[in-house]
Amino acid sequence: MAESAIVRDHGVSHVAHASSTGLSNNKMGMWMFLGSECLLFGGLISTYMLYRGRVSSGPQPNNIFDIPFTSVSSFVLLMSSLTMVLAVSSAQRKDDRNTNLWLTITALLGASFVGGQVYEFTSFYREGLGFTTSLFGSSFYALTGFHGVHVSVGIIMLMALVGMNRNNRIPGDKAEVVELIGLYWHFVDIIWIIIFTLVYLIPS
Amino acid sequence: MTIIERPSTEVAIAGAVPVGVKPSEALGVFKRPAASSSWRDWVVTVDHKKLGIMYGVAAFVFFLIGGVEALFIRLQLIAPDGKVLNADQYNQMFTMHATTMVFLFVMPMAAAFANYFIPLQIGARDVAFPRINAFGFWCFLFGGLFLNSSWFLGGGADGGWFMYAPNSSTLFSPSHGVDFWTMGLQITGIASLTGAINLIVTILNMRAPGMKMMRMPIFTWMVLVTQFLLLFAIPVITVALFLLTFQRSFDATFFDVASGADPLLWQHLFWIFGHPEVYILILPSFGIVSEVIPVFSKKPLFGYPIVAMSGAAIGFVGWGVWAHHMFASGLGPVSVTVFSMSTMAIAVPTGVKIVNWVMTMWGGKLTFAVPMMFAIALVVQFTIGGLSGVTHAVAPSDTQQTDTYYIVAHFHYVLFGGAVFGLFAGFYYWWPKIFGRKLSESIGKWNFWLMVVGMNMTFGPMHILGLQGQPRRMFVWTKARAGEGFFNFGFWNRVSSIGSFILGIGILFFIINIFYTHKIKKGALASNDPWDARTLEWMTDCPPKEHNFDVIPQISHLDEFFHRKYEQNSATHSVSQVHSAEEVMAELNAHPDEHIHMPSRSYWPILLALALPVIGYGVIFNRMLLAVGVAMVLLTMFGWAMEPATSPDEDFDPPASGNGDGHTKELVPHG
Repeated sequence: MAESAIVRDHGVSHVAHASSTGLSNNKMGMWMFLGSECLLFGGLISTYMLYRGRVSSGPQPNNIFDIPFTSVSSFVLLMSSLTMVLAVSSAQRKDDRNTNLWLTITALLGASFVGGQVYEFTSFYREGLGFTTSLFGSSFYALTGFHGVHVSVGIIMLMALVGMNRNNRIPGDKAEVVELIGLYWHFVDIIWIIIFTLVYLIPS
Repeated sequence: MTIIERPSTEVAIAGAVPVGVKPSEALGVFKRPAASSSWRDWVVTVDHKKLGIMYGVAAFVFFLIGGVEALFIRLQLIAPDGKVLNADQYNQMFTMHATTMVFLFVMPMAAAFANYFIPLQIGARDVAFPRINAFGFWCFLFGGLFLNSSWFLGGGADGGWFMYAPNSSTLFSPSHGVDFWTMGLQITGIASLTGAINLIVTILNMRAPGMKMMRMPIFTWMVLVTQFLLLFAIPVITVALFLLTFQRSFDATFFDVASGADPLLWQHLFWIFGHPEVYILILPSFGIVSEVIPVFSKKPLFGYPIVAMSGAAIGFVGWGVWAHHMFASGLGPVSVTVFSMSTMAIAVPTGVKIVNWVMTMWGGKLTFAVPMMFAIALVVQFTIGGLSGVTHAVAPSDTQQTDTYYIVAHFHYVLFGGAVFGLFAGFYYWWPKIFGRKLSESIGKWNFWLMVVGMNMTFGPMHILGLQGQPRRMFVWTKARAGEGFFNFGFWNRVSSIGSFILGIGILFFIINIFYTHKIKKGALASNDPWDARTLEWMTDCPPKEHNFDVIPQISHLDEFFHRKYEQNSATHSVSQVHSAEEVMAELNAHPDEHIHMPSRSYWPILLALALPVIGYGVIFNRMLLAVGVAMVLLTMFGWAMEPATSPDEDFDPPASGNGDGHTKELVPHG
């Protein structure tokens, strides 16, 4: 579809000469966007790494993190990448029922991760770490918050995909649309692996 | 310009759509806007050429606003104890002048040329994501208007264009100016980012058959490098702007030195964006003069692969030089040495380009039409600015020059003498392509000479002022401190101010030229190939049809159009014309494509872009408004997602002459 040139001879259409590189426009565009996102998180992670030891008031990072809890929610998020792969594979087999099923499960796993993050933020706040408490607080909430927003946007896209798929309203090649959302979803997961390692696991 | 006539333009809500409508209408919330010749067509258009023109017009208006701001600055400094502005107004004036010129003039003007000419130069019928393209334009326009609305809502930003934190915190900048600045640049940043993705995919993916990377026109190459720089630079400034917004509007502590913040954080984030940014500003102009000089020298560009690759080299090395803006901040000897050396290194690929332009002209049959004059002026003026740039690379010398008028002189030579002259070369060179008429050469020469004289009078003395120690951003000077003799401040400040008005008159001549060409003289329409040009964008009508090319040409050479017109005698190596431009085009268009499928108009780009300033005003004034803005974003995004890129029933067929054996092609870009 986006491969742009479709030659139609007297009503019979077939795809010809996809694109200069062979990659569809949409997929290349998504890769470019994700490349740009790397620098966004790069900036936020650098800010956090600079500031994580600077606690003028409120709790220290080492005292506040609940590693077992966050490990479980990280595991949940990683598993959602697996279900996303299954959704893409079902979409490529044109199996709408399973596509919707796996997309929904992915969204649910993502939602439990975001739920865990909300719970974590609330308990941190109760222990005295607000957004404005210290440099550590500001940069921690900014970094993990941006990631949380990315996961939430991903969930909205997954649910929209399910809704549109049910009503047959996805424009273009369904399998590719699912794959594109999948690329975004995996990217957000990989970013979380980096954040989890740098923020939670490596002691400051 | 319309593809197809559709009966109605009114907006219908999906619920009211009767049963049995065409699928394209049933899918969207609004009925698709139909083609029309009124202003409405410009609001809903996704045509890259119309968007290019809109980019150009809007950017030029911002150029005039920024220019008036500059004149206020020079008026204040023309005499001792200037009374035109007070210190606060002066701070706002130079901040908004720089912000406007960088973000609202040079960047979008380069985007205007890129939008208009990239598809034409690579032989495509539109960009990869036409609706995102339209969205980018509206983001730029609304972001720019939002930024400038600060003048009426409590005053403009006042922290200088790099807005160093913590100086830009609420303690030192209590007005909302900085908030407008952060949010406004955030919105125009979206325009740059979407534009970058769109143009990169267009260039990599939509080249005409046979157009390899090394057969692309050099302007396309430079735009490609620029867009990669934007793709990776914009997210960094996005982070910085978010941190500053959080600091100012939500009491975060990122730049709060009292709680241990590092004042260099902002400087690093800003300049990691900011130095690639200066290449973002200059490379499109390098691309333009690399097109203009060969055409008016009647020679191919000397060392085409070297020019392309040195542009790419600038793109790479440009990431490793940012800290030369921070030599005076105490980075330590190792950092200073590394960045000093990388900064000297980046002068090499830039120098290579200058050599290539000079060698292109060497031995050529030069015609000094106005585009060529501006191009030569770029080579000369940019070289001066580049050389003073190398003096900044020498860290001890830079420590002396930091924050003086010498810096102001340097970056105006590279940005005005470089970027702006390149853009003016582009105006004169491509005007007949876009509007069908050549701009007047005689008025153009007035325009050119006044600008050259004015620019050198304005910015030349600033070298002297700076080396004498006049700090940049100084809002007033006194007679007692001006000194005596040839190097006294007073004299050179006056020369500079007078020069700035000559420059202003020069630019006025450009506007006069436009009116003269289109309203007064109404001269004959330009031929399709007025300059005997070399590249693909001239191998179609002036102005081009909505679908650009009746037939997408098969590319077998660099400078394809030239090779179709001229042939080299293998014995004597002399080049002679074998076909006229008309013959080339007639041959190409003998069998025009039928059923050319162009992307359809859409309401969603402008609606989505309209939601962003609402969020901006919400953050500044009212959190309820913020919620409204976010809701608008979500709703319009869904509306957009539901709308197919192209409605299936819009086709273009060439009028009559095409006989049955023409190819049938569809162009269905997404976005």
